[in-house]
Amino acid sequence: MLDRYARRRYVDVVVRAACVIATLIALIPLISVLYYVTRRGIGGINLAFFTELPKPVGESGGGMANAIQGTLKLVFLACVFGIPPGVMAGVYLAEFGESRFGKWVRFSADVMSGVPSITVGIFVYALVVLHEKHFSAFAGGVALAVLMLPTVTRTTEELLKLVPESLREAALGLGVPQWRATLRVMLRTAAPGIATGVMLAVARVAGETAPLLFTAFSNPFWSSGFDEPTASLPMNIYNYAVSPYEEWHRQAWSAALVLLLLVLLLNISARLLVRNRVGAR
Amino acid sequence: MSVSHDISPLIRPRSKILTRFGREVNWGDFAFRRLTALLAALMIAALLAMIAAMVHGSAESLRTFGLGFVSSEIWNPVRDVYGALPFIYGTIASSVLALCFAVPISLGVAIFLSELAPAWLRDPVGFLVELLAAVPSVVYGLWGIFVLAPWLRDTVEPFLASTLGFLPLFQGQQRGFGMLAGGIILAIMITPTISSVSREVLRAVPSALREGALGLGATPWEAVRVAVLPYARSGLIGATILGLGRALGETMAITMVIGNRSEISVSLFAPSYTMASVIANEFSEATGSLYLSALAEIGLLLFVVTVLLNIVARLLVWRVGTVPVGGRL
Amino acid sequence: MFARRDLLVGLVLTLVACKGSQPAPAPAASEAASAAVKKDEGVSLTGAGATFPYPLYSKWISEYNKLNPNVKINYQSIGSGGGIRQITANTVDFGATDAPMNADEEKQAPAKLFHIPATIGAVVVAYNLPEVTSPLKLTPEVLVGIYAGKIRMWNDPKIKADNADAKLPAKDISVIYRTDGSGTTAVFTGYLGKVSSDWKEKVGVGKVVNWPTGLGAKGNEGVTGQVKTTPYTIGYIERAYASQNKLPMAELKNKAGKFVAPSIEAMSAAADSVEVPDELFVSLSNSDGDAAYPITSYSYLLVYENAKDAVKGEALAKYIWWGLHDGQKFSKDLDYAPIPAKVLAKVERRLKELRSGDKKLLSGA
Repeated sequence: MLDRYARRRYVDVVVRAACVIATLIALIPLISVLYYVTRRGIGGINLAFFTELPKPVGESGGGMANAIQGTLKLVFLACVFGIPPGVMAGVYLAEFGESRFGKWVRFSADVMSGVPSITVGIFVYALVVLHEKHFSAFAGGVALAVLMLPTVTRTTEELLKLVPESLREAALGLGVPQWRATLRVMLRTAAPGIATGVMLAVARVAGETAPLLFTAFSNPFWSSGFDEPTASLPMNIYNYAVSPYEEWHRQAWSAALVLLLLVLLLNISARLLVRNRVGAR
Repeated sequence: MSVSHDISPLIRPRSKILTRFGREVNWGDFAFRRLTALLAALMIAALLAMIAAMVHGSAESLRTFGLGFVSSEIWNPVRDVYGALPFIYGTIASSVLALCFAVPISLGVAIFLSELAPAWLRDPVGFLVELLAAVPSVVYGLWGIFVLAPWLRDTVEPFLASTLGFLPLFQGQQRGFGMLAGGIILAIMITPTISSVSREVLRAVPSALREGALGLGATPWEAVRVAVLPYARSGLIGATILGLGRALGETMAITMVIGNRSEISVSLFAPSYTMASVIANEFSEATGSLYLSALAEIGLLLFVVTVLLNIVARLLVWRVGTVPVGGRL
Repeated sequence: MFARRDLLVGLVLTLVACKGSQPAPAPAASEAASAAVKKDEGVSLTGAGATFPYPLYSKWISEYNKLNPNVKINYQSIGSGGGIRQITANTVDFGATDAPMNADEEKQAPAKLFHIPATIGAVVVAYNLPEVTSPLKLTPEVLVGIYAGKIRMWNDPKIKADNADAKLPAKDISVIYRTDGSGTTAVFTGYLGKVSSDWKEKVGVGKVVNWPTGLGAKGNEGVTGQVKTTPYTIGYIERAYASQNKLPMAELKNKAGKFVAPSIEAMSAAADSVEVPDELFVSLSNSDGDAAYPITSYSYLLVYENAKDAVKGEALAKYIWWGLHDGQKFSKDLDYAPIPAKVLAKVERRLKELRSGDKKLLSGA
């Protein structure tokens, strides 16, 4: 029979081991997916992939340069339309959100995060594409921004709420107006965490296919500006993967690999930008 | 907050006009509150616009089937007869299953990364977990088809059937594709969301609380359990709800592995069909106003299911006790 | 601080540079793309619709672009239903569909739409029977029986009757169907409905039906994957998927009583034996003709008779004309059959009716 202290130590070790096991379990699918994508995709990665336009079936070679440009363009638009409103809405919820209005906003954000990506695509189609009478990268960017909005908002709110009040009180005590204290002190402190949330949202939308079907549409050629339909890596991955041709399947896996690397790059850049030496810990 | 003389260049002069509004005596504060409120209202506006569009689109279907739509199991586009029950079941079951897998694992990962891991390991491993979110939905689907489903069919399902086969959960033909595959893929997809946000939440807890507990003689786990988790609870629940939302809305990956058969079955091996999947599968080819209307109604029902599950989650939070909000102890 | 701002600026500049780096003949007018476009600056056309002809159309687009570098055509396969909806909503310049529009859909279009048969394809019955080496022969009754769940074993006497030398195993038939809405399903069930009134009544015909038995797979590639990897399965797929993946295709008994393999010649034979009406759409399944393959179908382009934009309308008309003449030579390699000559004559007459306002679009061609 273990005495109380030994039992507590025992529980502690068991829980710690469980956490380690959980982490390993979480990493196994990642390693499996990464390995699989790399194995099937690395063969198709060459200079042509990054510089050439796609070729029709039967002709070897070609690349997905326009899809890479398209994905970057769409992610850029999504960030422009999604991050500022999302962060500001999150700030509102954290600062003034205990009112009834705030509860409704929070609820809306949670419900919106559950909307299937295809529904968002259809909605933006009805809103933007039908009015403009053509598909565009702009519509695609809007659809992706709508998908990002709830995640960015809620993450900002939760992390802002966790910044210790002492920081705010110190700023207010120095005579800083509330808005400035919130933006310059609280938001700044929470920034690395918010960047994580934002990056998660960006990573997700960068890989979405369904919302782009009826908005950005896709394009076998380059697309200029924001008003034309544009190719994107996820759409190409899907179209090529469901085709009958082995050559296209290979290109699909290469595109998947490139997309992963792209998101990785975005992630790292965001981290570097927001690195904050003053943290709560 | 009256300041009699300027101390720092950060101080703005007060506006006499705005003093009338009470607490906001500052142009900046006034504008700040209104501007952020406007952007927050954008969220509600977007949601209402979507709901309005869904209701408008499903008007015909609502008129034709009424409440029977929710309880009917028949989905037959040839006869123009539609019922959503199998899809509702599939969505809820797969999401709940995904949460059952994902929440413990994500919490374990978050605790490991914020409390237990040595400093040099934290960032790399945390980064790897977030990488799970970077994998496109389509790629998960393809991996599911080529790697997960065969593994389930050849290894896991026979094992489960032989050991726990007396439970109806593990009976039936083992194909690999089905509710179990769907739940696992969803769990994998929502783990980065839940664990990363949870990790940030745990990291933001002031060390004083943790150290205080340790100073009183708690083991590391007890310190986490007693001092950190209650503080972070609201954030952790928020992270889970974000994950739930993602699970409910996931389209591509789950469509590729869940088997897409609209029948309700308790067994985890059986194929199922989610609301997002049926919309994705049939929307492109659907012609006929009643058919499209029925699909729109499925979208509307998905909203309803999301709302209900959200309410349930919030009730659970409320019942567990009052939550100390962030740094305002 | 300095380093971070630099990074940010660098990132933005890279994005801008990316957007700017396009080869010389960039499409004109980046705003309001539907506005009239100057002739020498190039024309951009968009089309949407069926997945089935996508490989052929993408080949046409690429080849046509080589001959006319200032004409860029963007075709995306979002499904026949999607194609019909988009052309009706005028968000694209042309649509494509496997199944012709029905009366309701035609009513919803703001103006008259022409169906132009562009190519011919076939739905094949692929199977996985390791012991059987020569192609399986199936009669319509057997096929219906298998998909209705009435014939359950591979060594059923009904199957044996036509395949006396084949080593049919004593195993269950694993039936695969399509879960997503698809023209392939429409063509296949259309055929089953034609040869069995029972099927037509009980299950019906359409892009999505309630299958009495079997396992669902998503897309042609899903069915192909299932048949390829699991023994004793049977599934229906487009010809390209079967030939690209080297899956054995069943020989079906046609109306004339002969067992025909789904070769290009058999597909052409099916088209040859069917009279095409003036409206230019007709079903090719279960046609007469000795050498006809019974599950063949046209794939159509949808074009407005009266094009709003004369420049775009003319470019489109010229492209379609090219596709129906020079473009047909690419059919065979991609598993399609070319449009037969007497049908082509009718199509040409139709294309010459395309106009923009009072001006006919194809005057000299």
